[in-house]
Parts: sequence; structure tokens; C-alpha cells
Amino acid sequence: MNIQNQYIRNLITKGDRIRGRALDQYRDIVIEKNPIKNAEGSALVKIGKTEVMVGVKLDIGEPFADTPDEGILIAGAEFSPIASPEFELGPPGENAIELARVVDRGIRESKCIDMKKLCIKKGEKVWMVNIDIQPLSHDGNLIDAAGIAAIVALMNARLPKLEDDKVVYGEKTDTTLPVNDIPIPVTVAKINGKLFVDPDLEEEDSIDARLTITTKSNGNVCALQKGRTGSFSFEEIEEAIKISVRKGKEIREIVKSLKT
Amino acid sequence: MSNFKRADGRAADELRPVTMKVGVLKKADGSAMVSLGDTVAVAAVYGPRELYPKHLQNNERAILQCNYTMAPFSTKERVRPGPSRRSVEISKVTREALEPALFLEEFPRSTIDVYVVILQANAGTRTAGINAASLALADAGIPMRGLVTAIAAGKIEDTYVLDLTGDEEEITACDLPIAYIPREKKFTLIQMDGDIPPEDVKNIIKLAVKGCETLHEHQRKALLGKWSKEGS
Repeated sequence: MNIQNQYIRNLITKGDRIRGRALDQYRDIVIEKNPIKNAEGSALVKIGKTEVMVGVKLDIGEPFADTPDEGILIAGAEFSPIASPEFELGPPGENAIELARVVDRGIRESKCIDMKKLCIKKGEKVWMVNIDIQPLSHDGNLIDAAGIAAIVALMNARLPKLEDDKVVYGEKTDTTLPVNDIPIPVTVAKINGKLFVDPDLEEEDSIDARLTITTKSNGNVCALQKGRTGSFSFEEIEEAIKISVRKGKEIREIVKSLKT
Repeated sequence: MSNFKRADGRAADELRPVTMKVGVLKKADGSAMVSLGDTVAVAAVYGPRELYPKHLQNNERAILQCNYTMAPFSTKERVRPGPSRRSVEISKVTREALEPALFLEEFPRSTIDVYVVILQANAGTRTAGINAASLALADAGIPMRGLVTAIAAGKIEDTYVLDLTGDEEEITACDLPIAYIPREKKFTLIQMDGDIPPEDVKNIIKLAVKGCETLHEHQRKALLGKWSKEGS
């Protein structure tokens, strides 16, 4: 533990933060929709100095045998060194895999995409929805930024043209993806029993544990993920759920206001 | 309460039959086997031992390394050998579930290695693995704040259900695995996928804690079974 971690921990313990934010205050959230022409849907989400680009690419493939009339959802993340000097080239490490799986879980379990509507021919052809997460700048809280970017990219995705059941890329139709809810992940961080949202990188390096809670429009919880090597008490989990329902609602309003 | 009856006749808050045994592997410093119904996990612990390559060593504390693997024959459809995205994530959350129980600062520059292999799978493999790993750590004589216990719970037809089977996983509104240190009343793993109101999340966690307390008794007995004979 270095002197800066100790300083941050002492501040949080007193209810203060290094950049003067309140414990339940996000950095400014800026969302740009469809910045990538060649993606069927895309979003750039900035939370303070954290920036994450998510692209949705649609493709045709064979359905899984146990769900012959449903489309396929795949989320992946690549931590390229462009986003941080800490990132190294190579196959995805455990943090990138965890990030992709937590985002995947939030989207999948909220059932915000009507997967049955993505069936083209039962048992043979369905739409495959690829969600690819590319952090551009890692200044903490990649999970929330990636989760918000993923749902915005999905909401703004349009199906490409089909000719003889083959995709004609570059020609988008007016049909959007069947997205009917807005799951929002809110990561609650913990230092010395104090809970707070949206840790920046310096704070993230100092935390005991984090709990990501993804909620839907009706307030239901659709995914949980605890991370890091600390622990939570039952009361802390209760408090974290309350915080994430409230902050999730605020962020959902921002996302809604962008809808095409 | 609905009248949901479990296919195996268990009560909603009942675990599958539990077997726990420590010292099951000859070469490991500590080991354990845990089965819950048809799910069977084996864990081996090595260390604290010197960590190579040396640049990974931490001068202030030991590092904990965990690996979770499913044997290719553990499921109906063969599991392809080698790491998958799922197994990488489970290895990570297993490490994060165990680490809060350990005094890693007592063993600078060393590593404690935990290997979990699932021999047979019928849901709840990550939690069975954590129960086994925690026992194996204790069996290796590694000082701990408390044993780590783990179990999943869910909700089927308005009934909160403990220790889901594979068939039950198909119909549950959520699958919520936790790891819990009963001695400290602390949660060290929390995951969930599903779609339920916050109130249900809390009630399901409470049910899982009950399951953990029962598992904790099984763990104590397993350790006493070996060490009360060999010890003293």
C-alpha cells in the first residue's frame, strides 16, 4: 500500500474524495451514439477520463441446438495498450474476460433483446449479435462505462440488408434491434466500510472490494458480481443494492434521452 | 408460498447430500473432496512455497493463485480441455472468495497455489470448488480467519430454493451463488444472473447463508475427523 492509496483511504473513511466528489456522485457522463459507421450500432461512453467504445456487429449464423429459434449474443473485451500503460498485448486476461462476462450477463439476463425475433429460419439461420468492448482510456470503472456503452450501441443498431440470406454490409435497413429494456450496471466500491460509486483509477487501486449490480427499468436486479479481495457484510449488500437502483435510474434517464 | 415440489424430494431449504473429506490427495500439502449430490469437486493446495518467476514475488505478502478446471468427462457433453472464458472467470472469483480468509502478509515472497478440479458436474461446481479449496487450505495448515463456505440459491415458482440442481437451474428465476465466512459474517463471493426484485435478492442471500452455516458444520467435522486422530 503506497502513500497515495493510504491518503485516498483516509479521505474516503471521512466521507471525502480526492476530486471532491460526493460518495454517490459519478463523474460527468458523456455518451456519443453511433460514432462508428461500419458497425451496425456503436457507442462511445465517457465517464470523466474513462472512455469506452462498444461496437455491435451483426452476422448470420447457425443457432445453438438447445435454442433453435433464438438469435445468439456474444460479448467480448480487448484491453489494448492504447487505453492504459498497464495493459499488455496478448489474449484477454482475467480482467478483460470478467468485464465482458459481466456486461454479457446484464444484457442477457435482463432479456432486453427479444432473441426470438432474431430468428431468420428455425434451426438454420439466426442473427448473431457481437458486442465488442474496446476501452480507449482506462481511468477507473470500466465495467459501468462498458455496460452503458453496450446497451446504447444495441439500442442504436440497425440490421444490415440481406440478399439471398447473405449479409450485405454497408447497407443498413431501417429495422432496429428488438431492444425493450435498459439494463444499467452500477459498481459500488468499498473502503473501510464506506460505500461509494464510480471510483476513478487512483481510487480503484485503493479499494477493498466492489459489487456490480445491474438493474432494469422496473427496478429488478438482473446481475451481480463481486470483485477484488475484500468482503461485504449483509447490511453493506443491502445498501449497495439501494444505491445501484437509484443511480441506475438516473443513468437510464440519460440513456433514454438519447434514443433515436 | 407456492406448492413447488422438488424432483428429488428435498425441502426448499435443504442441501443435497453432503460428503466432505480432507487429505484425499497424497502429494498435495493439503487437499479435500466435497460432493453435493452429483457434483464432485477435489482441491489441492501447495505452499506457502517459493514463487517463481521471482519478479512476481511480493516482498510484503504471499500471493494466492487459484485454478478451476472441469474434467473433460465431468459433464454430459465432453468439456474441451484447456482454459475457457468461464473457467478463467471462476478461477478469479474463487481466488477473491478465498483471499479474505487468509493472512497472506505472514508469508512474504511466497505463493499459495490452489487447484480445483471438478470430477462430476450437476450445478453448483464453483461453490463446491470453494468449499473444497477452503478445506484444503485448512488441511495444509495455512492460518485462516475462518473457513470459507459457499452455496447457490434461487427462486422457483415463488419459492426460495437452496442448492439448485442442473434441472432446477433451467427453471429458476435466478441463480445466486455466494461464498461466506461464517466466523466473520462476511460475504466474499456474490454473483447472480436472473431477473428478480431487490427484496428477493436479500431473501435468497439469507437462505444461502443458512446453507453455508450447515456446510460449515460439515467442514468442521471433516477436519476434526482427520486431525483429532492424527493431531495431539
